[in-house]
Amino acid sequence: MSNDNEKDWPLWEVFIQSKRGLDHKHVGSLHAADAGMAIENARDVYTRRGEGNSIWVVKAEHVHASNPDDAESFYDPADDKVYRHPTFYTMPEGAKYI
Amino acid sequence: MDVNKALFQFCLRRGDDTHVLSHRLGEWCGHGPVLEEDMALTNRALDLLGQARNYLQYAGQVEGKGRSEDDLAYLRNERGYVNCKLVEQPNGDYAHTIVKCFLFDAWHLPFLKAQLDSKDEQLAAIAGKAVKEATYHLRHSSEWMVRFGDGTEESHQRAQQALHDLWTFTGELFETDEVYTTLRQAGIVPDLGPIKEAFDRTVNEVLAEATLKRPEDEFMATGGRKGQHTEHLGHMLGEMQFLQRAHPGAQW
Repeated sequence: MSNDNEKDWPLWEVFIQSKRGLDHKHVGSLHAADAGMAIENARDVYTRRGEGNSIWVVKAEHVHASNPDDAESFYDPADDKVYRHPTFYTMPEGAKYI
Repeated sequence: MDVNKALFQFCLRRGDDTHVLSHRLGEWCGHGPVLEEDMALTNRALDLLGQARNYLQYAGQVEGKGRSEDDLAYLRNERGYVNCKLVEQPNGDYAHTIVKCFLFDAWHLPFLKAQLDSKDEQLAAIAGKAVKEATYHLRHSSEWMVRFGDGTEESHQRAQQALHDLWTFTGELFETDEVYTTLRQAGIVPDLGPIKEAFDRTVNEVLAEATLKRPEDEFMATGGRKGQHTEHLGHMLGEMQFLQRAHPGAQW
């Protein structure tokens, strides 16, 4: 679908929470005229098989992404900092969900 | 009138209403104005198909002659169908489809809510499942009524035209006859008075927000419950029933 027609609805990113307590996960995008319609469209397009418990939508233009060209300076410096991982503890017996 | 016979008729009416509307909405599959609405309409068509199956299965059971939901859906001809004429109307443009759905939903939701209190446990159970679906249907069609009515000059004009064309079919939703009064006395079907009030309230509120004019109650079409239909139903059934008619008993 082309976006060069100004009559086209804007693009929205859709986040679905599958169960209470879990994170909202990005599931895809869709077109809608406003936020209300985006939520209903998300319901119809992305929760047909019982995937959903809660829906977030955000206009795609409001999502700002990091630049792939920055990858080296952004992420490589973390590669050799093993002490940042919580792997130097002994897990107590019976601690769950960690 | 025998309560069991009336109950059979009532189940056929509800089954045919939901099945015929479901089929009409299914005709949009792959043709929706945008992907999202295509999905919305086919979701709704599947909700209605599920309801139709419940009613027709129950109808077959009540009748007690061994007819299955498929027998009732595919082997009755036009004169045997007892849906209201509203649902069989062709889809027309998107405004026509939405107005048709909206008028149906504005009646269907309060009807189902009242059906929850039916003395017939099966009908109450069917309503229990369907009422959630119908709540969303009314929300969806109402929002589109407002978008069309309060949208552009063209969308407003098309929605108003659709209202004008379809209003004549709303009278049938509130008709009573021997079947209905028999079941009413048995506490199986709801009082239509409060349902009409709820319908009027919804229609008036949504039309006001949509800046659309409610048509006058003039001539109201009737006859669907007796198997007298507009010319459109026969064509629709011709397509819908083709396979079972050409290859009786075919399965896949």
